[in-house]
Amino acid sequence: MIESIEHIVKEHRFFAGMDAGIVQLVSGCAKNARFDPGQYLFHEGDGADWFYLLRNGRVAIELRDPARGAVTLQTLREGELCGLSWLVPPYRWTYDARAIDLVRAIAVDAACLRRKSEADPRLGYEMMKRFMPPLLERLQAARLQMIDIYGAHG
Amino acid sequence: MADPYPTARAADSIVPPMVPRVARIAKRRREIADVVTLEIEGGAFDFAPGQFNMLTAFGVGEAAISVSGDPADGARLIHTIRAVGAVSRALTELHPGEPIGLRGPFGRGWPMQEAQGRDVIVVAGGLGLAPLRPALYRLFAEREKYGRIVLLFGARSPQDILFRDELEDWRGRLDVEVEATVDHARGDWRGNVGVVTSLISRTSFDPSRTLAMLCGPEIMMRFVANAFIEMSVPQERIYLSMERNMKCAIGWCGHCQFGPVFICRDGPVFPYSQLRGLIAKKEI
Ligand SMILES: Cc1cc2nc3c(=O)[nH]c(=O)nc-3n(C[C@H](O)[C@H](O)[C@H](O)COP(=O)(O)OP(=O)(O)OC[C@H]3O[C@@H](n4cnc5c(N)ncnc54)[C@H](O)[C@@H]3O)c2cc1C
Ligand code: FES
Repeated sequence: MIESIEHIVKEHRFFAGMDAGIVQLVSGCAKNARFDPGQYLFHEGDGADWFYLLRNGRVAIELRDPARGAVTLQTLREGELCGLSWLVPPYRWTYDARAIDLVRAIAVDAACLRRKSEADPRLGYEMMKRFMPPLLERLQAARLQMIDIYGAHG
Repeated sequence: MADPYPTARAADSIVPPMVPRVARIAKRRREIADVVTLEIEGGAFDFAPGQFNMLTAFGVGEAAISVSGDPADGARLIHTIRAVGAVSRALTELHPGEPIGLRGPFGRGWPMQEAQGRDVIVVAGGLGLAPLRPALYRLFAEREKYGRIVLLFGARSPQDILFRDELEDWRGRLDVEVEATVDHARGDWRGNVGVVTSLISRTSFDPSRTLAMLCGPEIMMRFVANAFIEMSVPQERIYLSMERNMKCAIGWCGHCQFGPVFICRDGPVFPYSQLRGLIAKKEI
């Protein structure tokens, strides 16, 4: 049986406890996506036209450094969100996202969701509430990585 | 009240506690760039997981170093040391056959008794895996006494992963869950990248059955403890091992005082509930 996208969306951790009407609005902008190992979900500088809710497999968030090659900043896995830049202008990715394994995801059309959010602030507010925690968590993680807690200074 | 975890035995010993015994290095192994494991043989070494010794590099000084070997192996004493200053550097430069001074063991270790019948989540950051290794050996040796055993390990980079071969072995066991993550990695690293707290939010566990053991940089332990508290693990079942400069290691000199407690005598392992008000303060 082919599962409906709405059903798949509803099952994802991101939507836990979300109002059914809102789930339906998001589902209207969503489709299934699949990436082979090594394939990029998106590249730095590209428009943030889609974001991804990971269902299987892991994704590496990378920055390309001319001296060191690709540097992985974080790895994401099932249940997590890949791509936060779609919500804030200028809607551009600031890093690359590469599939480490075979990745299955729900891809959400960002322009579609932005449009619906403008029209229905309830949806926009719900998205803000769902995206702020991972955003803050990643900010905090970046701070800890920056101060190099395991370094020889203690 | 019964003591919930092992206490220092050094104070009861007939050897004056400030006088080091002289022992010899039997083996030396470089673990990672600035970390060396020393093996001392020829004694009858008795210690509880989480206890530490004061090690002397003669002519340089003394430093507190946790035991990183198996408590069941009474004939060998194993310490894993990172070179950060004069004493620790001199210790890491000792070679087989050379003498080393030894006082201890000191302090209260991990709550192995209290952990029985519970799920045990061990969270180690960097060199923090060394003081936790004796506890892991005991958990594995008496596997049936515990529920789930989860080891979450964070390091700075793939090159900084301590006890890598052993971690691989443990990862291969079906009765232990092992997850590692690094803060920074090149694109060719296939493991996790991210802070160690990210592993906690990804691990599902029953807070009412869980006992956590944490060791690593203090800032890491603070964040990890908070992550557990958010997930409703009781603060008295989140244990962490603290470090402060040591001098006497037996509660005489006050060097290691941390608010109302002495780390050497009352710790180094404490339940978070006992440290809660102190650990985020700057001036302690
Ligand atoms: C209970 C306890 C258990 C310990 N277990 C171990 C262990 O198993 N292995 C181990 O290598 N160390 C361990 N330590 C830490 C060790 O005692 C210190 O690193 C050591 O005393 C440093 O002495 P030093 O003279 O070489 O450096 P110092 O001259 O005292 O310090 C040199 C520099 O290193 C910094 N520094 C001091 N301590 C640390 C530290 N812990 N981590 C990072 N930087 C530091 C100082 O801020 C200073 O900048 C433990 C400490 C305690 C209190
Ligand atoms: S080191 Fe002297 S009181 Fe703790």
